[in-house]
Amino acid sequence: MNPDFLRLLLAELNQGLWLSLKIIAPSALCGLLIGILAGAVRGSGYPGFLVRPLNAYVALFRGTALLAQIFICYYGLPGLANWMKPFFTDHNLPPLWKIFSLSPYASSVLIFSLCSGAYHSEYIRGAILSIKKGQFQAARALGFSPAQTFWTIVIPQAVRRAWPGCGNEIIYLIKYSSLAFVVSAKELTGAALSVANSTFRFTETFFAAGLYYLIVITAVTWLLNRLEKAFAVPGFGRDL
Amino acid sequence: MKVPILEARNISKSLGGKLILDDVSLSLEKGELKVLIGPSGGGKSTLLQCIHYLHRPDKGDVFLEGRSASEMGRRNICAFRQEIGMIFQDFNLFDHLTAENNVAIALRKVKKQSKAAALARAREELARVGLADKASLYPAQLSGGQKQRVSIARALAMDPKVMLLDEPTSALDPELIGEVLNVIVDLAKSGMTMLMATHQIGFARRLTSEIIFMEKGRITEAGPPAELLAPDSRSRTADFCAKLNELMGQG
Repeated sequence: MNPDFLRLLLAELNQGLWLSLKIIAPSALCGLLIGILAGAVRGSGYPGFLVRPLNAYVALFRGTALLAQIFICYYGLPGLANWMKPFFTDHNLPPLWKIFSLSPYASSVLIFSLCSGAYHSEYIRGAILSIKKGQFQAARALGFSPAQTFWTIVIPQAVRRAWPGCGNEIIYLIKYSSLAFVVSAKELTGAALSVANSTFRFTETFFAAGLYYLIVITAVTWLLNRLEKAFAVPGFGRDL
Repeated sequence: MKVPILEARNISKSLGGKLILDDVSLSLEKGELKVLIGPSGGGKSTLLQCIHYLHRPDKGDVFLEGRSASEMGRRNICAFRQEIGMIFQDFNLFDHLTAENNVAIALRKVKKQSKAAALARAREELARVGLADKASLYPAQLSGGQKQRVSIARALAMDPKVMLLDEPTSALDPELIGEVLNVIVDLAKSGMTMLMATHQIGFARRLTSEIIFMEKGRITEAGPPAELLAPDSRSRTADFCAKLNELMGQG
């Protein structure tokens, strides 16, 4: 293999990988957090005015294509802001409207977090529903407030139960981070595409990019398993 | 007149459109042990849960040392519940916590004790129920009898004024019942006020001052065991107990 090509390929892919990781890490964390909160509210018998908007959010993000969500966020929202301009004096939008014109990076992280959060919230909700009624009764009988019950009893159990599913979702996230390239964020897939386009060496380039994803996912899988083991409790899923 | 430590007054409760408790009243003096018996579905568990305000009674009120539960706000109800220990048929230990943390968690979160103080108290209570060596085990690693003893330790750590026990031995193998009953006997001897739903007639007869018979949501008979269970009493209670004894072969 031509060493110049190899050098170019690795340099571009490494740079792409770095941006990919910068997209994945915050999206995974925010997504998990959003998922835990949304799933908790949706699974704990809160009043309808809290649950319904969250159900709508989950239905929206699970019910539309991720690609379309990114397009809408990156290309659609600034258009919406433009359309609103005539309603303001001097056609100056208040600063708040700036959130409607996000950078490629910010749009990606925002959409991946929200989409991931919608899926996480289903895992968390299911896990909460599977917690035995007696756990809640015992907590109430000891004088726990609902919030204390939630944070000290429900969440530690639900997250353990949901963890394999949530881990699965994080693995998915790594792969759907590749969609960021459609809004010109030059992450791993985008970098591979530009190398391939300029060198016409599609086969080698995309095999290499695939290998990068495989390595990242293997590492993350290992980490998720380590976490699962570290928090394992006898009688809770994985036995020690 | 002496104020009873716990009084349930005219409690009625419907669940799912069905009347489960129909105007039930009872009271406990300090240090008393009363036993609820009666057929399943008679309202024993619901009564205990209403007394604990886990279910809010539709009608009637509960008084702990003269304070009315129905007049308490939500926050005070949490405090009210701390003063009444509850033991469940199926233990309800927190599955993700070790035995000692099961006991310590409410001390830390509800009573706001330091971790060290809570754990020290937890180990003390576990020792009291004979489980000092099991402190670091999880519920899944304990036998049924051990789990129930942990749950008793957990309730005792809150320094309850009254303990409610909802068939504490019904989910246990016959061989494990004894170890739990022994703990309850010790508690009774130490002067703990208790209201216990049980089918352990022999046990009830030896320890209790009053047997309360519940059927179809009402208290139909109540009295000292010697009276209710006398062979010639012709009471519903004696009849029921005779049937239980036939089944279980014990007195």
